[in-house]
Amino acid sequence: MSGLAADLRVIAALGRRAVNQAFRRPQFLAPIVVFPTLFLAVNTGGAGRAIDLPSFPHVHGFLDFQLAGSMVQSTMLAGVSAGISLALDIEIGFIDRLIAAPVRRSVIVLGRLVATMVLGALSALWFLTVGLIFGAHIQGGVPGFLLVVLLVALCAAAFGSVGAALALKSGKASVVQGIFPLVFVVLFLSSAYFPRDLLLQPAETIAQWNPMSFIAEGIREPIAFGMDTGHTLKALLGIGIVGAIGAALSSWALRARLRSG
Amino acid sequence: MRKATNEVVRVPGAAIPGILAPTIFMLGLTSVFGKLTLLPGFATDEYMTFILPVSLMQGAGFTGAATGVNLARDIELGWFDRLILAPPPRWVLLTGTVLSASLRALMPITVLLIVGFAFGVNFPGVGGLALAVLLSCAFAATAASWGVMLALRFKTQSAAPLMQAGIFMAVLFTASYAPLELLTGWLHDVAEINPVTQIIDAVRQGFIGNVTWGDTLPGLAALAGLLGLLYGLALRGLHRVGA
Repeated sequence: MSGLAADLRVIAALGRRAVNQAFRRPQFLAPIVVFPTLFLAVNTGGAGRAIDLPSFPHVHGFLDFQLAGSMVQSTMLAGVSAGISLALDIEIGFIDRLIAAPVRRSVIVLGRLVATMVLGALSALWFLTVGLIFGAHIQGGVPGFLLVVLLVALCAAAFGSVGAALALKSGKASVVQGIFPLVFVVLFLSSAYFPRDLLLQPAETIAQWNPMSFIAEGIREPIAFGMDTGHTLKALLGIGIVGAIGAALSSWALRARLRSG
Repeated sequence: MRKATNEVVRVPGAAIPGILAPTIFMLGLTSVFGKLTLLPGFATDEYMTFILPVSLMQGAGFTGAATGVNLARDIELGWFDRLILAPPPRWVLLTGTVLSASLRALMPITVLLIVGFAFGVNFPGVGGLALAVLLSCAFAATAASWGVMLALRFKTQSAAPLMQAGIFMAVLFTASYAPLELLTGWLHDVAEINPVTQIIDAVRQGFIGNVTWGDTLPGLAALAGLLGLLYGLALRGLHRVGA
């Protein structure tokens, strides 16, 4: 029990450090908050008339529909930012010192993931607040609001694990930073920003299988349409797939890094 | 100017995001919002033809803003202190830096045009194409002036998000996704007064119709005004260094 308590203390300390780091350096916070917010503003104003398209689902407004996409974008970028921060820690030798310290190795990654989860929850609160201020309705009410925060936080942790895997494998911030554009490829090939059946091919077909579509639709449902268990479970499945891949790769990369010294 | 353009040869990887990001955005936005062309009043039935000029401006703008990030790095490393002691007048140093951004912008512009035409974007004619390239290069110089101004003000690479966000807003808070009359809410009002809307309209005209003086002159005037203003502010910042 004391071992678990010690691990939790280390996770909390590392998590607090990572959150503080994000707030101190605008380079880390900008991709999580500033750019997705600007993108939300442009998408909503620029493509707002899309709700007049014949097969667009009936929603209160395009902003309600877009919020989920912005939150998913924010969490994906939070995951990349977490990876960059971890890689910077590797570059400056901080991780080597942690490895030499009497703490469980997995705790080093878990601390970073907890911080990413907190940033994800803050991002959800930010976007829901912005949405409500600018006239969005949350059809799922307070339970829907809380469900969205929970899903976005879990989603951030899942993407954080992928970012951590890249950081542990490469050990270079510039390599992790290089996947920023890929985030948008994955998002554009999902239903994060537009209904699946209104996407052009081949995006429409790929979006049917992209776990990001399940996640975005699961987050969107409580906002734009109301609570729906099926969509929530699909979102959890999507998050589980991403998280499992990230956890497996992180574990493999950490072992490889320890073996190579 | 040679020093700034040499960076492309010495660190080719650094140029990739400036090329890759607008290309991904052009292809991605077309996949996502392509059916907006079904809305009554949309200027073309090919969304990529409509969005390509925006991507050209985005690519040129981000390349220009990167000049500011590079300058901030030079300031942090102390290289800029040595440069400022060199005999050439400061406006020469600034002009060289800003013009190098225009040259480097040719990389994303070329890639975007090749990809766009490969995906069936309408050919705007030689005149329309030349105008689009010229205006995009000049916009890169404008963005570089913006980046240099911020780099001299903040003297740190931490200002990079501000440089990029400024360009992001300037380019996308316009009739970027849809014609002005189809924009909704505040974006319609902002796009109407944003001078970059005029520049995008001038770049776009050959792709969706004919090139006319009526669409070209407002774009040229808006670009000249923005470039003059931001270049002036950057030069003022440069003169204040060590004063």
